[in-house]
Amino acid sequence: MHKDWSIRRLFGVPFVLWGVLFVVLPLFFVLHAGLTDEVGTFTLAVLGEAVQWEYLKALGLSVLLALVSTLACLVLGYPLCLILREYRQKNGMIIFLLFLLPLWMNSLLTTMAWQTILERNGVLNLFLGALGLPTLQLVNTPAAIVIGMVYNFLPYMVLPLFVSVSKVDKSVIEAARDLGASHWQTLRYVMLPLTRAGIISGCTMVFIPALTTFVISALLGGNKVLLIGNIIEQEFTAAYDWQLGSALSMVLMIFIILNMLLEFFTSEDNERKEARV
Amino acid sequence: MQKTRKIYLALIMLFLYAPIFVLVAQSFNASRYRGHWTGFTWEWYTALFENEDILAALGNTLTIGVTAAVCATLLALLTAVAMRRMGTRTRTLFNGVANIPLLNADIVTGISLMLLFLGLGLRLGYDTILLAHIVICLPYAMLCILPQVLELDDVCYEAALDLGASPFCAFRKVVLPELVPGIVAAFLLSFVMSADDFIVTYFTKGAGIDTLTTEIYAELKLGIHPEMYALSTLFFAAVVVFTVLLVLNFRVLRRYRGRMARQGGQA
Repeated sequence: MHKDWSIRRLFGVPFVLWGVLFVVLPLFFVLHAGLTDEVGTFTLAVLGEAVQWEYLKALGLSVLLALVSTLACLVLGYPLCLILREYRQKNGMIIFLLFLLPLWMNSLLTTMAWQTILERNGVLNLFLGALGLPTLQLVNTPAAIVIGMVYNFLPYMVLPLFVSVSKVDKSVIEAARDLGASHWQTLRYVMLPLTRAGIISGCTMVFIPALTTFVISALLGGNKVLLIGNIIEQEFTAAYDWQLGSALSMVLMIFIILNMLLEFFTSEDNERKEARV
Repeated sequence: MQKTRKIYLALIMLFLYAPIFVLVAQSFNASRYRGHWTGFTWEWYTALFENEDILAALGNTLTIGVTAAVCATLLALLTAVAMRRMGTRTRTLFNGVANIPLLNADIVTGISLMLLFLGLGLRLGYDTILLAHIVICLPYAMLCILPQVLELDDVCYEAALDLGASPFCAFRKVVLPELVPGIVAAFLLSFVMSADDFIVTYFTKGAGIDTLTTEIYAELKLGIHPEMYALSTLFFAAVVVFTVLLVLNFRVLRRYRGRMARQGGQA
């Protein structure tokens, strides 16, 4: 028996090698490139170059758009999860599959299709015009980027949120309703606190890809809206300034680490509470 | 209330499917240009099978996707089995490392892998894309397999050993069948992640090789070949058919099981 367990422990070795080589080591390569000059001596000069006003402005806009998109995903996704929860018994699976099907379409193509929908002579304005409404100038604005982000990242919000929402016992909601809480009060004082972990998990899942995308902003923002992702991408593929690109990535990594910590502490908090109950 | 719910669902579905309708419509559009409907045509569907760039990119996407998904699933299975016997602290560490590519931004993962590959003196190409895809698929494969492996009961496995099965035989005949749903999910999710990935591929691909996503991105500047719309429509249609069959199969299976249970109760 013991021999069997020790062999099984060896099963972990490939992962350790893999993790060190392809997960941890690459991040050190970024740190190395961001913190050294051309000849390889340690310097903070590149990092200093990365925090200049022009880049900070792009970073600020990225954070703002990512926050708006995350909030929009939450506001759109939460009612959807509540509805999916209600329908779960009857034909919830079909609605859920309907929700998942668009994920199989290539996301670059669907994002580009939004360009076709939102542009000046696009599908949306065609409909608005036919209804006699004023047309909208959306493409190449931050609003179009937010729409693209919500479209691409809504599933990242809905999947963890749905897990969390469907865990809430039906009798808890019924008890709240029996005790005279309105729909709104039930949502505010029962559902939202009970699904806090799911909300935070969903928000962290949406925020990072929204903060760091360069594709959505390139396709829907023309070249008029520059996000931090676009700047990093250009440093690597057009300007070939890998040091500066790495230093900017390090600035992004600060947000990613903060995000990981938030996710880690809230989920642990949740587990501890469950253990106590 | 019921009505509001239905309207809300309908609006969400409209939002989700609007771009897909646009893409399907484009695949039948006689005009090469986006947003100008000039008539119906099948032309792009026949042209698709003569467009060698797209077919080559499709080949790369499929072979890389399948290989990466198989490798990620196997590695996840091996690691999950090892993690069963670990202390909480080691397990948390393993989990943390496994989740880094999931929580990290794609652009940072892509750049870091590119710097690694170049630092190790590898030439960017097919192999580096494959390695990078295994990196991004592994957390998803773990997500599907690990909970199932951790929930396994040792009793059946030990019974098989006591009855004279070798550890490998016991694993294959007793443990593996229980893990099949997780393994299938891990494979499918990994494949989707690999096939739909653009950012990591973009940074690790090097010149002269394209997957479908990078091919699309390259075409964006000059205008997408309508054959690409035809390909994605065909692919989407296949997925829809597969899903419908799955749902029907599921229903038939459930009815059949219900009938079996009832007959069993009577006997």
